[in-house]
Amino acid sequence: MSTTVTASTIDPTRRRVPPYGGFNLTVPGIELRRMLRNRRTIIFTLVFPAGMFLAFGGQADWNDDAGHGNVAAYVMVSMALYGAALTAASGGAMVAMERSVGWSRQLRLTPLHPAVYILMKALLALVLGAVAITVVNVAGIVQGRPHMPAGIWVACAVLTLVCTLVFAALGVFIGYLVPGENAMQVLGPGLALFSFLGNVFIPLTEGSTIYRIAEFTPMFGVAEISRWPLTGDLGWVAVVNAVVWFAIFVGGAAWRMSKDTARV
Amino acid sequence: MTSLTAVALRDVTRRFGDVEAVRGIDLTLRPGEIVAFLGPNGAGKTTTIDMILGLSRPTSGTVEVFGLEPRQAIARGLVSAVMQTGGLLKDLTVRETVAYTASLFADTHPVDDVLARAGITAIADRKVAKCSGGEQQRLRFAMALLSDPALLLLDEPTTGMDVEGRRAFWESIREDSVTGRTVLFATHYLEEADQYADRIVLVSKGRVVADGSAAEVRALASGRMLRATLTGAREAYDDLVRVAGVESVEVRGDQVRVHTSDSDAVARHLLLNTDARDLEIVAQGLEDAFLELTGAGR
Repeated sequence: MSTTVTASTIDPTRRRVPPYGGFNLTVPGIELRRMLRNRRTIIFTLVFPAGMFLAFGGQADWNDDAGHGNVAAYVMVSMALYGAALTAASGGAMVAMERSVGWSRQLRLTPLHPAVYILMKALLALVLGAVAITVVNVAGIVQGRPHMPAGIWVACAVLTLVCTLVFAALGVFIGYLVPGENAMQVLGPGLALFSFLGNVFIPLTEGSTIYRIAEFTPMFGVAEISRWPLTGDLGWVAVVNAVVWFAIFVGGAAWRMSKDTARV
Repeated sequence: MTSLTAVALRDVTRRFGDVEAVRGIDLTLRPGEIVAFLGPNGAGKTTTIDMILGLSRPTSGTVEVFGLEPRQAIARGLVSAVMQTGGLLKDLTVRETVAYTASLFADTHPVDDVLARAGITAIADRKVAKCSGGEQQRLRFAMALLSDPALLLLDEPTTGMDVEGRRAFWESIREDSVTGRTVLFATHYLEEADQYADRIVLVSKGRVVADGSAAEVRALASGRMLRATLTGAREAYDDLVRVAGVESVEVRGDQVRVHTSDSDAVARHLLLNTDARDLEIVAQGLEDAFLELTGAGR
């Protein structure tokens, strides 16, 4: 935290450099409030996934077995991933927006290290992802249908949270390709499409043509990883999928950012 | 006051591809000076300011701020800048914007004090998007003054302000310079440079072409303008251009305007050899000096 300048101290030798490149918790706190004030963010990232769960999780076969739990649990984990991915992506898209309005340039006039800026953004994405996951899980508890051992429940939620970082990177990347407020208009339907393709919304028949295609889409790998504690089944295809897409999104975001340095 | 220099640029150049934006600038600013950075668009003002702020590195030469690398000076809160546009998040409140910025420094003035000094306490909980241009500018100042900077860089600081706002702004800048704060401001308003700067640095085509007080810069362009009415102005043209010191002659109907470094010779010629009437001799203003020294008038 900051302390107070008592007198005008022009003497540069008495000036201090903030520790950890300017890292602090005030910034993520303000950022969190900022995100939660945005009604569109709330509806699309928190209300919508919970609603999707309540719609899909109430199918006729909700109590059929799925790994160590039931189908409702499977749908709940999937929807939590979808919600967390959306929040993380919208948080990532804000990085590009902040550059386009000159905020990043403003931050360059402070002691904040650029890497610390990204670190605080990632932290924010994790916190928001955790909120989104919690909302869907609470919806599941209130509805009462999902069933799985508590340890698996927690393990799924933690893995989902880690997986959301893939979509934070995607958000940064798309934020650069589609600048300004429009990024979410691309990310929203885009992530919905990937979720359908990635075995998140409707279970795809293993071995079908659509499943073959799904294996190459970016939601597929992280969805399999998130549900791994529940299903007890994780193929190498899913792991490779998640790692490759993460590398693509981080690489893309880094590439667009480096192209953009002339302005910042 | 120590003998420390606020800013030291030594033979600084900056090249963008084939374009040489800055072609060798030497500049030393002392603590407490208020310096106007004057020059036409594309003269290299913004490029130079960016290098002092550590936003870009010189192609050659060195830039030091209080004896430190620019980034080191920024990390210590020694340097602040106020840009003309942008640099604000619309969905943050005024107070959040200042608190956000304050949290990044090791030491700052209390947020509430800075809000009060900038006169934006009443709008502290308003979203930036709902603030007027003037209010946003005051917010930028609040952010810049948080760390009690020893050097303040201002890019066209009073653009969009009315006359009253501009005067109030400069009064507060003057008060702060008493504490030893150095101010470097880029401007297009010549009268602003004339009235408020201790020193004017005139840049053109990436070089410093004049450096001194307003009076000194004005004196560098020593020419005068002479105006008179006479019959047969067109015929008088050929004789006029041959008078020693004459730089240019304009004829408009029966009026002549002569730019010259020797106004006495032209006046003598006109009064002795023609029927010239209503003769006027005008000393050049800072604007003429500006045009002459930067070559922008040709």
